Amino acid sequence: MKELVQLINVFSLLSLLAVGGGSAVLPQMEHETVEHKEWHVSADSFASIYSLGQMAPGPNMTMVGLIGFKAMGKDSIPAGLAGMIVVLLAFYLPSSFLVYVTSHVWDAFKENPWRDAIQKGMAPVTIGLMLAGVYAVGKTASFQASRPDWFNAVTITIGLAIVALLFIRRFNPAVLILLSGVLGWFVLRLN
Amino acid sequence: MSEPAPTPTKIFRVFFGIGITSFGGGLVAYLQDEIVGKQKWMTEDDFLAALEIGQTLPGLNSANVAIIAGRKLAGPRGSLAALLGLVLPGAVILCILGVLYERFHKNPDVAAALAGIAAAAVGLLLQVTLKIGKKQLLRPLDLLFVIVTFVLSGILHVSLVAVLFLVAPIAVMLYRPRSNKAPTP
Repeated sequence: MKELVQLINVFSLLSLLAVGGGSAVLPQMEHETVEHKEWHVSADSFASIYSLGQMAPGPNMTMVGLIGFKAMGKDSIPAGLAGMIVVLLAFYLPSSFLVYVTSHVWDAFKENPWRDAIQKGMAPVTIGLMLAGVYAVGKTASFQASRPDWFNAVTITIGLAIVALLFIRRFNPAVLILLSGVLGWFVLRLN
Repeated sequence: MSEPAPTPTKIFRVFFGIGITSFGGGLVAYLQDEIVGKQKWMTEDDFLAALEIGQTLPGLNSANVAIIAGRKLAGPRGSLAALLGLVLPGAVILCILGVLYERFHKNPDVAAALAGIAAAAVGLLLQVTLKIGKKQLLRPLDLLFVIVTFVLSGILHVSLVAVLFLVAPIAVMLYRPRSNKAPTP
């Protein structure tokens, strides 16, 4: 029960702080999730959960549900499902409610010059948060000092290759993810 | 626009269709194709206006656009139908993936494949960040804010509330609207 309340508190706040999209809250989400030891989500699991989110259709951030699943599902799958539903509600409802209400009155602010200032000023902050998100997931998914150098070299190369490929052409990211999984299956073995 | 407004059930079905086929991100483009293109529920301009609201306010851009589109079509029940339709298929699939992950992540084959997938996920996020941020990353003043935000949030783990309420107001003030009388450089 204590965990359920913690999950609601953390994810409903993240919902309202997700300016510029879900990726902006990744660094804070990773930090809080790993810090809550009683949720049993290590930095490694967080990176895995994040990458599972990339494999499912729909919004990638629906992966937050799996954090709830893991936090509550130690004993039983029904408890895990409850955790998942609670986290999804906490993560989607507050921002959705805000948008629902605000979009009604939005037109009244259409000509307000501050809107432009807020958008221009928020943009670099959002980009900084997204880069922090890359770092939060990358510090376990792309590089770990405890892994052999060749392993880190492969994981970093996969990431950079995807950046380059997507700038060259608009490949479907799902296909790239799948290919990387196959490549990993062949190459990324520790023993 | 002479057709009757769609029912929440119909809205749910259409968004469910998007929610279950939109593999690989870029969800906003899927939404645009369906809402503006196929269903003709919104004009291009209405959609872009909704997207602008969705990007400015907190929350996922795709979910926010779904809420606004649903509201315009059928009020609160339309919003709920659109959001549920969009999120539900992915949530069910993730649930299955999650159970499989719990059971098999220690298996060496699965662990190796997951390591590749996780490495790829970082690349995807980095590419999106660079793509949206090219303007900001090339402008020195903006870059400064990018770096400050990155260090505070990513390295020092300053809380997001603090970062947003300390850094963002300074950035917004620098772009504050100037009166017309001010000389333009």
